[in-house]
Amino acid sequence: MARNDFQGSLDLLVLKTLSQRGELHGYGIVLHIQRASEELLRVEEGSLYPALHRMEQSKWISSEWTLTETNRRAKYYKLTAAGRKELQDAEESFEQLVKGIRAMLQYA
Amino acid sequence: MSLVRRITNLFSRSRVDREIDAELQSHLDLRIDDNLAAGMTAVEARRDALVRFGNPTATRERVASADVALGLESIWSDVRYSARQLRRSPGFALTAVLTLAFAIGANAVVFGILNGLILRPLNVPQAESLYGSEYGDGAGWQSYPNYVDLRDRNHSFEGLAAFNFAFVAVQTGKDLSVSTGFATSGNYFDVLRIQPYLGRVFHGSDEHGPDSAPYVVLSYSYWHSRFQDDRGVIGRVVRLNQHPFTIIGVAPQGFQGTLLFISPDFFVPIVNQAQLAADFDLNARANNAGIFEVLGHLKPGVTPAQAVADMNSVGAYLQKTYPKESVHKSSTLSRTGLTSFRRPAKGFIAGLMLLSGLILLAACANLGSLFAAHAADHSREVALRLALGSSRRRILQQLFTEAMIISLVGGAAGLLGSAFLLRRLSTWQPFSDAPIHLPVTPDATVYAVAVALAVVSGLLFAIVPVRQVLRANPYEIVKAGSNVRLGRKVTVRDMLLVVQIAICAVLVTSSMVALRGLVRTLHSNLGFDRNTMLVGANLAMAGYSVDRATAMQRRMIDAIETIPGVERAGLVNNYAPLIYGAGTRANVFKDATTELSQSNVAAMPYRYDISPGYFEAAGTSLLAGRSFRWNDDMNAPAVVVVNREFAGKMFGSVTSAVGRYYKLQDGTRVQIVGVVEDGKYLSVTEEQEPAMFLPSLRTPSSAGYIAVRSRRDTQELAGAIRSKVRELDAGLPVDTNTWNSMLSVVMFPSRVATLSLGVLGMMGALLSITGIFGMAAYSVSKRLREFGIRVALGARRMQVLRAALGRAVKLLACGSAVGLIFGVLASRVLAFIVYQATPRDPLVLAGVVLAMAMLGLVATWIPAQRALSVDPMRLLREE
Repeated sequence: MARNDFQGSLDLLVLKTLSQRGELHGYGIVLHIQRASEELLRVEEGSLYPALHRMEQSKWISSEWTLTETNRRAKYYKLTAAGRKELQDAEESFEQLVKGIRAMLQYA
Repeated sequence: MSLVRRITNLFSRSRVDREIDAELQSHLDLRIDDNLAAGMTAVEARRDALVRFGNPTATRERVASADVALGLESIWSDVRYSARQLRRSPGFALTAVLTLAFAIGANAVVFGILNGLILRPLNVPQAESLYGSEYGDGAGWQSYPNYVDLRDRNHSFEGLAAFNFAFVAVQTGKDLSVSTGFATSGNYFDVLRIQPYLGRVFHGSDEHGPDSAPYVVLSYSYWHSRFQDDRGVIGRVVRLNQHPFTIIGVAPQGFQGTLLFISPDFFVPIVNQAQLAADFDLNARANNAGIFEVLGHLKPGVTPAQAVADMNSVGAYLQKTYPKESVHKSSTLSRTGLTSFRRPAKGFIAGLMLLSGLILLAACANLGSLFAAHAADHSREVALRLALGSSRRRILQQLFTEAMIISLVGGAAGLLGSAFLLRRLSTWQPFSDAPIHLPVTPDATVYAVAVALAVVSGLLFAIVPVRQVLRANPYEIVKAGSNVRLGRKVTVRDMLLVVQIAICAVLVTSSMVALRGLVRTLHSNLGFDRNTMLVGANLAMAGYSVDRATAMQRRMIDAIETIPGVERAGLVNNYAPLIYGAGTRANVFKDATTELSQSNVAAMPYRYDISPGYFEAAGTSLLAGRSFRWNDDMNAPAVVVVNREFAGKMFGSVTSAVGRYYKLQDGTRVQIVGVVEDGKYLSVTEEQEPAMFLPSLRTPSSAGYIAVRSRRDTQELAGAIRSKVRELDAGLPVDTNTWNSMLSVVMFPSRVATLSLGVLGMMGALLSITGIFGMAAYSVSKRLREFGIRVALGARRMQVLRAALGRAVKLLACGSAVGLIFGVLASRVLAFIVYQATPRDPLVLAGVVLAMAMLGLVATWIPAQRALSVDPMRLLREE
């Protein structure tokens, strides 16, 4: 059964972002999701940071303080091996979910 | 994440916090940078970033709660937050802590007493299988031959030991003093599995008939205090009542005999008791004063019920074989240590536990309403936090933390107080002349129970505001501001206050009933004049035989009567009425009875053997006939004086009794020559009992008290008596006390009962003061603005007062009425422990009403002042 809660979707988005962009801070993740989804998805900052901390706890991502291009200190997150595995699982179950919902909607 | 990291996080809370803050801040900064780059002004850029970000506090809280150390972390921050909250309302915190400290303290003390007296067995190995047998008269007393038969014929006990008391003059060198010992069966230490600390103990094999084992085993504390830990005492000879005894050993430190209240100084073999106790015939089967208690370990697999059946069959055999000497009712088994005190002690402690439980309940109700008021005071703050996205769970968790802090601090304070009190109690020597001690030193169980009580009560009263928080609608409260109107309907808080006041009124009623009972007891007629001086002269302690003692007693009486100011002196053998709760009952038979068996006994009056002059000296008034004369001796016809109860019971009336005959157990026909007034003999709480007085000249004894009637000052008189006696025999230990001061022993239970009820009543009163005060102060502070307006509109003082305190007074009246009714009902229970405790006493009822009114006055005084002193102008300016 596919997981279709919002938490799961947010995790998926974050993990996917990190897999595409390598290393990124929270603000960058927000921007990336917004741009990549052609402004369709907007991540609430209030939900993002708890999710990041939770995922770090689950050891899917790791973090490090470094300087941005504009010379600001920011906390950068990147995927771990466990995170890659989790991303794969999450993508698969999301595909399942989409398939299921589409099938439901097309049922005549 | 590892537990270690969680715990280190607890202490690095600020580091974690800082990191989260930094991250969120860097997020905001990046957004602002972008906004600036997009051409916004600095102000616009910042504003936009903040709007997009949302509530930073809520976010930080959520990030933190996603963070690892969640559980422990939030508890720690709650603790700090709650401590801050409590510091901000010190009045509330102090009231709550004190209330709880009192309640927990009272309960810990009562539990400590329960633990010491009932739950904790004697300090002997395998105490759990040790039982005492109450054979015969129910008090445990029995004769030595009966004990020997019980020991040898039962199949239930591994071994059966026995003991009795021995009050003995101990002489070591020139040092003479009276000490308390246990006269025990030879197998006592072996049955109890006690090994000596020093030297050896005696064994069953040391006994070879009367006076065959003149050995002493010292208790550790007596060895320590009297012999200064001298290891050389083993083998030393001391004189007990002038008879030489050899010290053979010292008992281990923790062993203080087999009674909880009395710790003996030494142990001697009971076969030698005849040397120590005056005219004591160990081998008389009818002498039910020989053995105080028998005890032993049940054999493995034998149940107490089987043992009782076994003892009963031996008892039935004894009654059949010795019908004249043995009376057998039925045996019971009991835990040793308290023997016949067990049932009253249990009742008393149960009563105390009930009352202290009520205190705890009242305290919880009190704290509940305090907490509810406290929560209502902070409702605006709570609403703000809710509105800002705090979860209800967090807020409740924090309320619970506050409650736990209060209960733990209060519990700790109560515990400290109770530990102090219990320590004082356990070293308390209520009587200088009796070796009584209360074994109530608090142990781990007591501490554990107190902590558990504190935690449970903390949770109990934290529940009260929960409903309030759960129902709170943040928007309503924030909108309404701080002037939320108090509901006019009856609230949970009102109910709690009524319940609490009712409980307190029960306590106040109980303590008043007890107090009145004690006062009445102190003034009731005991059948003698309390100012009479009692001269304790145990001639056996100076080595007198019974024959020599009689002459010496006569000389003493005559000498004392020559002291100026002394009106009369007379002897009573052994113990005078109400002294040490000691007394002897005797079987008597109707004159026509020929078969003097137990089944034909007509009455069992208390028996006293007295000399001429005793009644006059004691102040016991003669109702009919005559008292004794010096010629009522062995050679004269046997005569007796009985009390009014005896006369009425046996012969219908006082007048018809004089001149009549009845029979004693040994068949002697005695003629009643006089009737005296009734009195109390064993305890002040006893029903009116029959008593008879026989001439001591016919049954001489070397132990007794000389009653002395005098108008002189007691101190002076005591000195005069001592010097007179010293003239007659310098080696005789003499103690002089007024009868009244010696009553302290028998009055002890009701004094203790009254004292403890009084203390509980005081606590109840304190609790109702804090309860009413809290409620009144709270409602006044909530409505100060309203009062200001009323005053501004011309309200009179009375009207303001009525508005301010009407509710508190109504609740107080309501609770007091309910409490009074329950108190009157509860006082029936008190009648068991407090003599003459009757609730149907107008003085008590009036006293309770007055007390509650006074409490109300005291409690509402400050809030009333505050309501009256309200200054409308200032209040309005403040708005």
